[in-house]
Amino acid sequence: MKKTLFDKIWDAHVVESIPDGPDILYIDQHLIHEVTSPQAFNELKERDIPVFRPNKIVATADHNTPTENQHLPVKDLLSRKQLKELSQNCEENNITLYGLGHPYNGIVHVMAPELGITQPGKTMVCGDSHTSTHGAFGAIAFGIGTSQVTQVFASQCLLVEKPKRLRVNVNGDLKKGVTPKDVILYVISKLGTNSGTGYFCEYAGDVFENMSMEGRMTVCNMSIEMGARGGLIAPDQTTYDYVEGREFAPKGEEFDKLKAYWETLKTDEGAEFDQEYSFDAEDIEPMITYGTNPGMGIKITGAIPVEGGKSDAKALSYMGFKPGESLIDKPINYIFIGSCTNSRIEDFRMAASYIKGKKKAENVNALIVPGSRQVAAQIQQEGLDKVFEEAGFKLRQPGCSACLAMNDDKIPEGEYCVSTSNRNFEGRQGQGSRTILASPLTAAATAVAGKITDFTKSLN
Amino acid sequence: MEKFTTLQDTAVPLEVENIDTDQIIPARFLKATDKAGFGENLFKDWRFDKDGKPVEDFTLNQDQYSGQILIAGNNFGCGSSREHAAWALKAYGFKVVVSSYFADIFKGNALNNGLLPVQVSPEFLDELFLAIRKDNKESFKVDLENQKIEILSSGKSENFAIDAYKKTCLINGFDDIDFLVSKLDAIKKFEEKQTQMREAAIQ
Repeated sequence: MKKTLFDKIWDAHVVESIPDGPDILYIDQHLIHEVTSPQAFNELKERDIPVFRPNKIVATADHNTPTENQHLPVKDLLSRKQLKELSQNCEENNITLYGLGHPYNGIVHVMAPELGITQPGKTMVCGDSHTSTHGAFGAIAFGIGTSQVTQVFASQCLLVEKPKRLRVNVNGDLKKGVTPKDVILYVISKLGTNSGTGYFCEYAGDVFENMSMEGRMTVCNMSIEMGARGGLIAPDQTTYDYVEGREFAPKGEEFDKLKAYWETLKTDEGAEFDQEYSFDAEDIEPMITYGTNPGMGIKITGAIPVEGGKSDAKALSYMGFKPGESLIDKPINYIFIGSCTNSRIEDFRMAASYIKGKKKAENVNALIVPGSRQVAAQIQQEGLDKVFEEAGFKLRQPGCSACLAMNDDKIPEGEYCVSTSNRNFEGRQGQGSRTILASPLTAAATAVAGKITDFTKSLN
Repeated sequence: MEKFTTLQDTAVPLEVENIDTDQIIPARFLKATDKAGFGENLFKDWRFDKDGKPVEDFTLNQDQYSGQILIAGNNFGCGSSREHAAWALKAYGFKVVVSSYFADIFKGNALNNGLLPVQVSPEFLDELFLAIRKDNKESFKVDLENQKIEILSSGKSENFAIDAYKKTCLINGFDDIDFLVSKLDAIKKFEEKQTQMREAAIQ
């Protein structure tokens, strides 16, 4: 039978199928962090169950961590306690932890790929919905709840029903100034936030084939924002080139053997999908959101839709926008370039290339937060730090930061923030904050103009 | 896990679509390292204004609505995977959440905590909201064995789907951890076989 990429990986990981029930799915790689693991460790302790495969787990500290003075004790006592418990739990259970200050520390979905932990054909889970990011490598990666974190600790397996197959095709050439973030914001705006519920989404077509690994990660990262359990892209030469030579990637003969296996993972010609959508790259323009879910997006020069239900009115009232309105020239006080969606080196190169030689507007607070210590080091090596500093941007230490505002990096009530993160939910970046999602390029242009601007006219 | 069989009770309506888990439990309350105490922060920023005063027009603050059933708009529980959302709903006192659609991770989290997600058609969801609007003390019966939800005064009902395995777990109060631990031998055998399977795929 002809199989999809998703089927091939899933089927190779089923330990057993329960009649009329879920599959026992084997998990190759479990990633954990400080927020969704403590209750899982407690549960194990209470039941006196050991961690079954500690060598298949990697931990990092990211959600709660400060982005300044990381060498000092964490000021917030609850955060400090959570980070301390993570260290203790990892130590007691022989789990590798890249904690605050470690050269490998960073946002879980940034550090695992850059260390070569993320590989094609793997099944990967983490107590974080944006685990879908790792699908960029042709892996089945998805977010789980804390009870499931406990299940994986206890058995390295999960009881899960196999999702249905969805394919999103985008073909053609992207216009100047249109980035991977715009592609995924466009797809979600067309399909809606629950179009992917119950599905695993494969992205196919030359737009994704021509994309860098960083771009593919941005796209797969936001699969969850259309409700899909995960997104994935078939591994190819771009993938192998990215993985090869990284710290924990297979080496030499082992790499060649695995690569031969990875090459078999492509969706077979004629394999069937339960749902399929196609878009033309030429129709995509730089995107921004106007509402309180990531599906509420328009092209930057577009207008807020006039028709809408009761919940749309609630969202517009929260955002202080009106139906039919354009967002061009709206003054913006904050921009945030960071999060597991857009905090990789390519994102900062993109922002810096626009900012170079310019200054941020007086009214804007511009926050730049790398996704990992390694990205931070690259920023320094490439001299991007000077570009940001000379333009008046604040370059911070790595972490999830103002994406979900669990640390001190919060947007004040009522203020607008153009953010490269993945969610514009009410209060996501701080109580009462108003988030407009966009690409790093749009965020950089907004910071320079001090307002939302159609920067595509000024691109060479 | 607590057992669930049937529940007959009044309900709280929350007629908002796409309610994400950031609203159910905002991120700033996720710093706890145990499962207790999330109920008081359920829908915190919708329930209370910034001075901590209850928001009058939010249904959870309105005395005319009560009960262990929450009836919410389409696509409930989207967004973050935080299980704290299920813990908060449970701790507040809800045992059933009804919507016309649930996000996958939330649905799994709810089921793992004995909180029953009941997915109904958009038309029946409208019927449910209408019934509460007509009489805020309307009772609803949720029968897991027969997979049925009923509006008691009118007798109108609809069947809902649930995974057979999950249904058994809920009715008996079992959970997945015990089951998986009982399968460790099969899991170890699978691990031994995994490399061979990869090699077979290349040929």
